[in-house]
Amino acid sequence: MKLCDRVFGSPVGAKMLMALTGLMLTGFVLAHLSGNLLLYAGQEKFNAYAHGLQSLGLLLWLARGGLLTAFVLHLYLAIKLTIENKAARPVPYAHEATIQASLASRHMVHTGLLMFAFIVYHLAHFTFRVTSPEIEALTPGDAYAVVVLGFSNPVVSGFYILAMAALATHLRHGVSSAFQSFGLYHGNLNVVTDKLGPIVAGIVFVGFSSIPVSVLLGCIK
Amino acid sequence: MDVTLHVWRQKNAKAKGAMEVIEGKDISEHSSFLEMLDTVNETLLSKGQEPIAFDHDCREGICGACSLVINGEPHGPEYGTTTCQLHMRSFKNGQHIFIEPWRAKAFPVIRDLVVDREAFDRIQQAGGFVSVNVGSPQDANCLPIAKQDADKAFDAAVCIGCGACVAACKNASPMLFVAAKVSQLALLPQGQPERESRVLAMVDQMKKEGFGNCSNQYECEAACPKEISVEHIARMNREYLRASFLEEAPKAGHGGD
Repeated sequence: MKLCDRVFGSPVGAKMLMALTGLMLTGFVLAHLSGNLLLYAGQEKFNAYAHGLQSLGLLLWLARGGLLTAFVLHLYLAIKLTIENKAARPVPYAHEATIQASLASRHMVHTGLLMFAFIVYHLAHFTFRVTSPEIEALTPGDAYAVVVLGFSNPVVSGFYILAMAALATHLRHGVSSAFQSFGLYHGNLNVVTDKLGPIVAGIVFVGFSSIPVSVLLGCIK
Repeated sequence: MDVTLHVWRQKNAKAKGAMEVIEGKDISEHSSFLEMLDTVNETLLSKGQEPIAFDHDCREGICGACSLVINGEPHGPEYGTTTCQLHMRSFKNGQHIFIEPWRAKAFPVIRDLVVDREAFDRIQQAGGFVSVNVGSPQDANCLPIAKQDADKAFDAAVCIGCGACVAACKNASPMLFVAAKVSQLALLPQGQPERESRVLAMVDQMKKEGFGNCSNQYECEAACPKEISVEHIARMNREYLRASFLEEAPKAGHGGD
């Protein structure tokens, strides 16, 4: 019980849990990206992959459960810590200045909120398929057609790319920062961890954004 | 040189404060920032006005009494210096300078630029000490300490407890201060008997004081006049995790709580 208090109630435990859930969500994002890139392999392969995922049964629900738990915890801690942090400085500085904090680190809440809005839309769009009658009318098993139809709309594609920019910015700080939260700070290790955030952010942004761009350019149809 | 000061003025802890514009005339560029305030206060006194209240003591950068957020940066624009070591040559003639107190709920303003930093004392009292038995001291050479450990402990021990880390932090978190104290003693043999209870008690007290949480933005490290590294925060995180697992099993000779 005491350990539980330490994890949720203390500033150090909370940041470790934030880092842990963040890295779990990052792992999901990277797995999701590797699946999405199968779109380039063609309609048949992508639909077979989507079908394969659906038929994992119990394993799929376990993965979903873990993901949802990490997501809810990450969100809960973000709200709790943000409220505490705002309360810790009731009178703001008349002259605000930033010495070395990165832009990404100062906008974790904003990029996080944008991603939350995106996730709601994304689930409605691709998972539940309720955003337009055209998408509802497609064959249930044809995930490929859903992607192509969805991204043929430049507004939808634009929002996706914007959300991916927010996600990349979030990961740029979050991934590197997680190691510090776990106490993993060492001259030799930092060479890797300091670059890991920007590298993951770059892969995620370029990888995910390439899909709507390819659809709009007609490379995927 | 002449400067225009924008200073936070607040009569007492309960009063509502506001920024006030005060002109600083004929300031020597060789004077320190605090000497500049002394000069301005002389002028205010000669006009029968209230002088600006600010904290200061040793004026040589080792006591941790001076504070002031100058143009948004704790201890001003120079790296690795306290306000008393900052000189007016770092500013331009005619420059507008904003001077504000440390801003944190846990550091309430007492008057003008003076804040109450007793929260740090209470964190220190919660665990930032080693218990030593009375009697004659043992020979110093009986406790061998590796050079790299002694150096690392000293890097943390240079903390003067000024509170610049809290003032600089976007979340008003004192992590760097607490980490420096925890780290210093965790690295030395004298700190081992209370190693677990120390970090748990100090982090608990930090939370109770109403400070914010660390989000690894490293503003503290940049503002610290003693250039203490965030490496110590990482060490404190490790210490905290370790202690959380060990606290249920107190060591022999230590009753626990």
